[in-house]
Amino acid sequence: MAELTYRQAVARGIAQEMERDPTVYFIGEDVAAAGGVFKTTEGLLERFGPRRVRDTPISEQAIVGAIMGAAMNGLRPIAEIMFSDFFAVCWDLVANQIAKTRYMTDGQVKLPLVIRSANGGGVRFGAQHSQSVEAWAMQIPGLKVVVPSTPTDVIGLLAAAVRDDDPVIVLEPKALYAMKEDVPEGEIVDRLGAAAVRREGSDLTIAALGAMVPKALEAAERLAAEDGVSAEVIDVRSLVPFDVGTILASVERTGRLVTVEENPRLCGWGAEVASIVAEEAFWNLDGPIVRVTTPHLPLPAADALEDLAIPSVERIVEAVRGTLERRTA
Amino acid sequence: MATVREARAGAAEIDPAVRLRIYRMMVEGRAFERRAHDLFLEGLIKGTSHLAHGQEAVAAGFAAAMREDDLTFRTYRGHLHTLFRGAPMEALMAELMGRATGICGGKGGSMHLTDVAHGAMGSYAIVAAHMPIANGAAWAALERGTGQVVVCFFGDGATNIGAFHEALNLAVVWKLPVVFVCENNLYMEYTPIAQVTAVPNPAADRASAYGLEGILVDGNDADKVYLVAEECLGRARAGEGPSLVEARTYRHGGHSRADPAKYRPEEEVREWLARDPIPRYRERLRSLGVDPAELDRIEAEAAEAVERAVAAARAAPVPPPEALSTNLWADGGSSWRS
Repeated sequence: MAELTYRQAVARGIAQEMERDPTVYFIGEDVAAAGGVFKTTEGLLERFGPRRVRDTPISEQAIVGAIMGAAMNGLRPIAEIMFSDFFAVCWDLVANQIAKTRYMTDGQVKLPLVIRSANGGGVRFGAQHSQSVEAWAMQIPGLKVVVPSTPTDVIGLLAAAVRDDDPVIVLEPKALYAMKEDVPEGEIVDRLGAAAVRREGSDLTIAALGAMVPKALEAAERLAAEDGVSAEVIDVRSLVPFDVGTILASVERTGRLVTVEENPRLCGWGAEVASIVAEEAFWNLDGPIVRVTTPHLPLPAADALEDLAIPSVERIVEAVRGTLERRTA
Repeated sequence: MATVREARAGAAEIDPAVRLRIYRMMVEGRAFERRAHDLFLEGLIKGTSHLAHGQEAVAAGFAAAMREDDLTFRTYRGHLHTLFRGAPMEALMAELMGRATGICGGKGGSMHLTDVAHGAMGSYAIVAAHMPIANGAAWAALERGTGQVVVCFFGDGATNIGAFHEALNLAVVWKLPVVFVCENNLYMEYTPIAQVTAVPNPAADRASAYGLEGILVDGNDADKVYLVAEECLGRARAGEGPSLVEARTYRHGGHSRADPAKYRPEEEVREWLARDPIPRYRERLRSLGVDPAELDRIEAEAAEAVERAVAAARAAPVPPPEALSTNLWADGGSSWRS
């Protein structure tokens, strides 16, 4: 075991795959010589050289186009989009080209590529460098989407994404880059489409994603200590493919579901989960499904305001208390 | 110092067999698209289509100069580029007609013809989106040492969108084996390109911004296109990086099926019809001593091939319902639940 930060784990994950497979290449803005603006790719240039680890101009369409074309012609490339907000300037390549080409060609084209990007808020960057864009990505048929919430997970899910023959968007919660964890030595390979039960419980299920997972866990501890409530916490991890089974199995036991989402309210992943649970586990529910989200607003820069916007441990605790009170009322 | 220049005059000798191939391509392409147009009017081809009547020489000249494993990227006006790389005509016609035997199983349609087996890597219906993608294929060719060159066709309208500029810059910086070919047919959809573009030659005049030569070529002269293609492909294969060619041409019809093209001056249309690349090439072949009977035979064979393709497509089944949910993912399925 070695203690790694999330940002160091990103570099280890990429290195693990580049070491294993010479067709894995990595490009992006400031990723090589500078080691990434978030220092998530330090040491890769030195280790794999300037052909396989390459700085690009500020040209998101050129970056995303390059990995698509390269994937069509025998490479397994990884690109970094520095902030996920910048998907907006290359969304045609992602949503119209990468996502649709396999289907439109009836399977003639395979696109084994990965786009990784720093996602979400909590770091006072303001509205254009803080968005949680997972709903954009999961809306488009043909994209796989994962959001690792721990250093170990980011290695394993990056590896799974690189080895997958379909395009995968890996969203790294930038609020978690400093998170530390003991990470096992040796190769780590996870799988796409698997949620993880982070804390077992019997009174309700809290489903959370990315930077909301540690907050949900903290909320669960407080609820246990202060209210004697036993909350199960599920780390959703993979939005496409979505592990419906783990959530349904949990809700069938607990009868209650709270989702914790960093995205703005409308059409967040939790709305889809609520719809699935309402359709498929309705008779197991003991109360309404509750969604804790960022309000439907751009994120403000001031810390006092941003902290009000993004779900906090306090808000999660209150939401859980609210839904449980309705049980006893 | 980068400049804009006309393609070098066709001093080089062109193999007579290559010339016949080019003629056959152009004639087949014209016959195929004529028939496709009729089938639209009959209601057998639905949706939209963008025909390239009049622009055949550009696609044919390049296709004749390309190596078998070279890759083509092109636009929604891409029937010909796909056909000329060797894609089976029956599967193309079936795709236009939405049949199970279509080259993309009916999922692509007119704007997305793709035949990876023949290096036809896709027709892209968002203007200029494929230019950065073509770069990527060229980048992989370079890194893998395959010796392939990528040819990327685009319209004049593409020169005013960001992807064009991002792609050219990166292609030069990374010295990629890619040839960008602007098919300047003078109109971006319904609007004269000159009316909305800062420079007279929309592609060639931008070349100097990327340290490239702007090469202008008569896109209605298949020999000139072929020679410029050979030159650019050779340069790319020798590791000398990308080229940008602007081929001036003209579409005989409108932008798409819905467009009668009434916005074009009659005099202009007349002038360009007189420069139709096919009769012009036939005349050249005759003057070079090719037996007219051989040219007649090529034309008859093209017409027969098109009729066979139409008959086969008409007889083919529509895609089965289960095809709806196949091939989204590499595992062949489309499930979003794990």
